[in-house]
Amino acid sequence: MIYKVFKNTMLTIFAAAVLVPSSIVVLGTFKEDVEIYTKPLALPKHWNLNNFRTLIDTGNVITPFKNSVIVAIFSVAITIFFASLVSYVVARSVTVTGKVLFLLFSLGLAIPGQVNIIPIFTLFTKLHLNNSLFGLILVNIALTLPISVFIISAFFKDLPKEMFEVASIDGAGHWRVYRSIAMPLARPAIGATSIFLFVICWNDLLYPLMLINELDKKTLPLTLIDFRGEFATSYSMLFTAIMVASIPMVLMYVFMQRSFVAGLTAGAVKG
Amino acid sequence: MAFPAFAIYSFLYLYPALSNLLYSTQRWDGVTKPEFVGLKNFIHLLTDDDLFMKVVSNNIRFAIIVVVLQTGFGLLFATFLTENSKTNIFLRTIYFFPTILSSVSVGLIWTFLYDPNYGFINATLKAIGLDKLALNWLGDSKYSLYAVAVTQIWFHTGQMVVIYVAGLQQIPAELYEAAEMDGATRWQQFKNITWPMALPTTAVVVAYTTIQTFRAFDLVYAMTQGGPLNSSDVLVTLVYNTAFVGYKFGYAAAQTIFLVLLVMLVTWLQRRTLRIDYGDKK
Repeated sequence: MIYKVFKNTMLTIFAAAVLVPSSIVVLGTFKEDVEIYTKPLALPKHWNLNNFRTLIDTGNVITPFKNSVIVAIFSVAITIFFASLVSYVVARSVTVTGKVLFLLFSLGLAIPGQVNIIPIFTLFTKLHLNNSLFGLILVNIALTLPISVFIISAFFKDLPKEMFEVASIDGAGHWRVYRSIAMPLARPAIGATSIFLFVICWNDLLYPLMLINELDKKTLPLTLIDFRGEFATSYSMLFTAIMVASIPMVLMYVFMQRSFVAGLTAGAVKG
Repeated sequence: MAFPAFAIYSFLYLYPALSNLLYSTQRWDGVTKPEFVGLKNFIHLLTDDDLFMKVVSNNIRFAIIVVVLQTGFGLLFATFLTENSKTNIFLRTIYFFPTILSSVSVGLIWTFLYDPNYGFINATLKAIGLDKLALNWLGDSKYSLYAVAVTQIWFHTGQMVVIYVAGLQQIPAELYEAAEMDGATRWQQFKNITWPMALPTTAVVVAYTTIQTFRAFDLVYAMTQGGPLNSSDVLVTLVYNTAFVGYKFGYAAAQTIFLVLLVMLVTWLQRRTLRIDYGDKK
């Protein structure tokens, strides 16, 4: 009895803790500032998209959105392609190459990516890769390769060896086996890892903050940070911008929940 | 086949990590010619830098609070939600939701909740007559670090719940049935079955959360930028400021080396204790 009361109270409190702030933000996108301050949880007086309109007209959120999409998609696609190739070698290699490769990439898991901000900054300044989306993509690839190799190679190693061997005996080369056997079988793992990487790239602040200062190259998290200064007290604008920045993630969460959760937990467990 | 990945990784991960080691032995403002100073940066860091010590202590406190509470809540809610019933799945979905948001979004949402004048928390406290508790959460150096820690816990507890649920579902149901037949209370079942059986998962959750707290940057930067008076500064925000606000690149590099060593030490200690723990109870 006491257990039941305790359980239900705790569950309700935490559900409310998540739902209340989320509702304030969603409802706030339809409100004016005063309304947010006085009645944060009430339904908006007028349902209209004025905030979104103002944001698009003045806040310049379209370009950062585009930049974020470009950076995230290219970073993820290239990382997954490269990481799956490495993982294939790691899983299939009978020589020492595979082990050495795996060890090298594991090293990256021991050194947090944040540690490299200074050398990356100086290197990119020298190569004129700051203020470029291409530069950001390169950084993302380098930073996420270790964890991707870790997750995907673990999956490849679990695949039955015979499948590869049979194909090899039939005369298929490594490329062929990689493309028509390993990759199709690994689809669930690849999907989950992609989502995990997408979330990292979409949400990252540190590297863009350091490398990007031109307005037309900024990504969404960077724009949100600027917003805090620009619209110092305008929470309605801020909430609307947060909404725009979160919509792709929310849609992915709703429609691909299984891979989404699998990806984010695999990233934690394996990392 | 592995060449492209290897090339990018070496050039943009391993090579920078090595240059970082070199930088840490230099006095360098990022522009003029670097000057070799040997281990001076490290000596200064460890013997004559009050700010650094303060930030290390901040980060350790932040780590302890977040690791203990996030792991505790994660396990608690996972024990409640282990079964795959409709309500449980729904609640897990809700709990996991914050995890998909960006640190910046979460930080800014909570900046509103904490706002001393208009914020939801203080407005609610005042509405129920608790005016005295309506503090300046982020603006007061006494509370800022804890306020950020609460946000971090809100942000990632759901993810830990999901990890724990996967672990708890592996525990054979017969164990609980037998315990129930013997008249074991909920608490006894938790203490003697759930906790020891979940230890491997706990080890994973604790290790992951610890590393997250020592890597923390985005959330702190979005909420307080380390202020007021460095009260919520953590290691990565300090490194960022040392390098890109103070232009002490060599010194900042030395700080990052310290960070790597600290993370390694903490992970090693945790592995040892959790393994011993595990061995004892098995």
